Amino acid sequence: MVPLSYYLVLSGILFVCGVLGFLIKRNIIAIFMSIELMLNGVNLSFVAFAAQWHALSGQVFVFFVMVVAAAEAAVGLAIIIAVYRTRETLNVDQVNLLKL
Amino acid sequence: MTPNPYLWLIQLPPLAGAAINGFFGRRSSKQAITAIALIFSGAAFGLALFLAAIFSSASAPYYFDLAHWIRSGSFQVDFSFYLDQLSLVMLLVVTGVGFLIHIYSVGYMWEDDGYYRFMSYMNLFMFFMLTLVMAKNYLVMFIGWEGVGLASYLLIGFWFIKDSAASAGKKAFIVNRIGDFGFLIALFLMIKHFGSLDFTHVFAAVRTLPTETAGVGLLSAIGLLLMVGAAGKSAQIPLYVWLPDAMEGPTPVSALIHAATMVTAGVYMVARSSAIFERAPMAMMVVAIIGTLTALFAATIGIAQTDIKKVLAYSTVSQLGYMFMACGVGAFSAGIFHLMTHAFFKGLLFLAAGSVIHGIGGEQDMRKMGGLRVYMPVTFLTMSIATFTIAGFPPLAAYFSKDEILWKAYSSPNGSWVFWLVGVITAFITSFYMFRLWFLTFFGDYRGATAHDAHDPSRAGAPSTVAQGGSAPHGHGHGHGEPHESPWVMLGPLVILAILSFFGGWVGYHDHFQHFLAPVFQSGAAAELAHESGEAAGKGTEMLLMLISVTAAVLGFLLAWTLYLRRPQLPEHIATSLGELYQAVAHKYYIDELYAVLFVKPLIDGSTTILWHGVDQGVIDAAVNDSADAARHVSDNARHMQSGNLRSYAGWVAAGGAAVIAYMVWMGVTR
Repeated sequence: MVPLSYYLVLSGILFVCGVLGFLIKRNIIAIFMSIELMLNGVNLSFVAFAAQWHALSGQVFVFFVMVVAAAEAAVGLAIIIAVYRTRETLNVDQVNLLKL
Repeated sequence: MTPNPYLWLIQLPPLAGAAINGFFGRRSSKQAITAIALIFSGAAFGLALFLAAIFSSASAPYYFDLAHWIRSGSFQVDFSFYLDQLSLVMLLVVTGVGFLIHIYSVGYMWEDDGYYRFMSYMNLFMFFMLTLVMAKNYLVMFIGWEGVGLASYLLIGFWFIKDSAASAGKKAFIVNRIGDFGFLIALFLMIKHFGSLDFTHVFAAVRTLPTETAGVGLLSAIGLLLMVGAAGKSAQIPLYVWLPDAMEGPTPVSALIHAATMVTAGVYMVARSSAIFERAPMAMMVVAIIGTLTALFAATIGIAQTDIKKVLAYSTVSQLGYMFMACGVGAFSAGIFHLMTHAFFKGLLFLAAGSVIHGIGGEQDMRKMGGLRVYMPVTFLTMSIATFTIAGFPPLAAYFSKDEILWKAYSSPNGSWVFWLVGVITAFITSFYMFRLWFLTFFGDYRGATAHDAHDPSRAGAPSTVAQGGSAPHGHGHGHGEPHESPWVMLGPLVILAILSFFGGWVGYHDHFQHFLAPVFQSGAAAELAHESGEAAGKGTEMLLMLISVTAAVLGFLLAWTLYLRRPQLPEHIATSLGELYQAVAHKYYIDELYAVLFVKPLIDGSTTILWHGVDQGVIDAAVNDSADAARHVSDNARHMQSGNLRSYAGWVAAGGAAVIAYMVWMGVTR
C-alpha cells in the first residue's frame, strides 16, 4: 500500500502547478485549466484521506467538487467564447476594462 | 354618575360637517355647503338642548367611556367624556353661540372663494371645542385644546395670501405653544404624583392633600403651570400678544373663536381644576394678579386703537382678565357666569362690527366711519345693547356678571380691595373706550369713502385690500357707495344675541347661577355660599360697591360723549399734549417690539449663527462631508490595488492564501 504522504505530496505538487499556471499564463483557457488542476489536486488529497481513514465523506465531497467543476466549465467556457467574440483576444492582460 | 352615549354623539355632527365640506365642498354648490354646515352645527345645538333637558332631571353627572386609549401598567387614559353643570354651560354656549355665528357667516362669507373651506373649519372648530369642554380627563381635554388651536390657526390665516394674516396665524400658534408647554408639564406632574389624568381621580387625590399655605408645593406648581397654559389660550399677560393680531381672520371667526368660545377655554380649564387651585392659595393669588393686571393693561391699550376690531380684541383680553380675577379670588362660578354673558355680548359686538365692516365695504378704521346709525338701524340697535351691556349698565347681562366678580374680588377671603379698585377703574376705562367706539362709528357724519373713491388703489394696505382681491367678506361686484344694512341672515343672529345680552344676566339674580354650579365647585362654593349668608351686613357694602361701579360706567359714557360727540377736536389736543404717553398707548406699550428684541431676535440670531452655521453646517454637515473626504483619500491610495489585471488579482489571492497558511503553521492548528 502506498503511504498517504505520497498522495499528499503529489496533491501539493498538482496544486502548486495550478497556482503557478494561474499566475503566469496569459491565455484565459490555460488559466482555466490551471484552476481545474488546483481542484483536482485538492480532490486527490480528499480521496487519499478518505481511503486512509475509511471515511466516505471525503469521496462524497469529491463528487460535489466534480459537479461544481463541470458546471463551472460550462459557464466559464461560455464566458470565454463571449469574451473572444467581443474582444477578439484571449490574452487576459488585454481584458482589463475594469482597470482605472 | 350615569353613562350617557349622547355625550359622544353630540360631537359627531360638527366633525361630519367638517369632513363633508372639507372633502367635497370644492365641487358642491354654495347652497349644499350652507345646508351641510348649518344642519350639522344646528344638530349639535339641538342635541345640546336635549342633553340640557334630560340633565336637569338627573341627580348625578353624566359620563361616557367611548374607547380605551392608553393602557400602561396601572396608568390608563380613555376616550371618555363627562357632563356636569360646568360643561353643560360651556356646551350650550359653544353650540348655541356657535350655531348663530354659523348662520351669520353664511351672509358674511357668501362671496368668498374659500366659502366651503371656511364652513369646514368652523365645523371643525366646533367639534374640537366640544371635545375640550366634554372631556373627562386632561388628555382628552388636551386633544380639544390643541384642536381648537389648530382651527384657530387655520381661520386666522384664512386669507393666507395676505402676508399679515399668514404671520398672525403663525404667531397665534407659536404663542399658544408656549402655553401648552406649561399645560403639558402640569399633566406630567399629575401622572407622576397621582398616576392618573382622570378628573375624578385627580381631584379625589388632590382633596386628600393638605392646603399649601406656605411655599410652593406640588399643587402650587401644577396650578401655576396650568395657568401658563390658560394664559396662552386665554390671552393673558404675558402671552396675550397673539389675540389682537388674530383679528386678521374673518370677523365671524373673531366673534366665535377669539371672543365667545376658544379664548375662554383657559378660564374653563382653571375653573375645572378648581379643586387643585383651592389647595394652592399662592397659585390662586398669581391667577388673580395676572387677571387683574391684564384687565387694566388691555383696557388702557383699547383706548387708543383706531381699528374697530382691535378695540374689541383688547376689550376681549381685558374681559378675560376679569374672569381670571374671579377664578383667582375663588369665585369660579362668577368667572363662568361672566364667561357666559361675555360670550353673548362680545360675540354680538364682533358680529355687529362685522356687519358695519360689511356695510361700508371692508373698512375697519373707525376714523372713516361715523353716522352709521342712519344707514344701518338694526346693527346700531343691537350694537347699542351690546355696548351698554359691556359697560355694565343695569339691568343688562354684564352688569350682573361683572358686579358679581367685583363684589367677590372685594369680599371673598382670597380677595382684596386692591383687586376691586383696579376692577372698577378698568370698568370705567371699558365704558369709555366702548362708548368711544360707539360714538365714532354710529354718530356724527359719515367720514368714509363714497362711490367715487371706494376702490381707490391708494388704500392698498388697508384691511380692505382683501375685499378688492376678491376673496373677501365683501365683494358685491358693484362700487361701494352708500353704507347699507346687512342682509337678514346676518341681522338675525345679531337680534338673538342682543336679546341674550339683555336678559342673559338675569339667571344670576339671587345667585341662581352660583347655586346651579355649586355641585361642581363643591367645597369652595359651599364655603363661599356659607360665607355670603353669614354676612348680612355685607349687603349694604355690596349695594354701595355696585353703585360705585355703575357710576364708573356712567362716567365713562359721559367722558366719551364729551370727547367724541360734543367736542370732536378735543381728543386730538389731549393726544398731542400727552405726547409720549399717548404714543406708547397707541403702540400697545411697544410690547410686540419688546418681545421682538427680547425673544424673537435673540432666537433668530442664535438659530442662525449657532444652530445653523455652527451646529448644522459646522458639526453635522461637516461630519458627513469630512468622513466622505477621508474615505476618498484612503480610497485614492487603496485603489491602486484594483489594477483590473486578472493575474495581479490572482497574485493577491495566492499571497493571501499563503499568509493564512503561514499563520496557521506558525501558530499551530488547534482544535
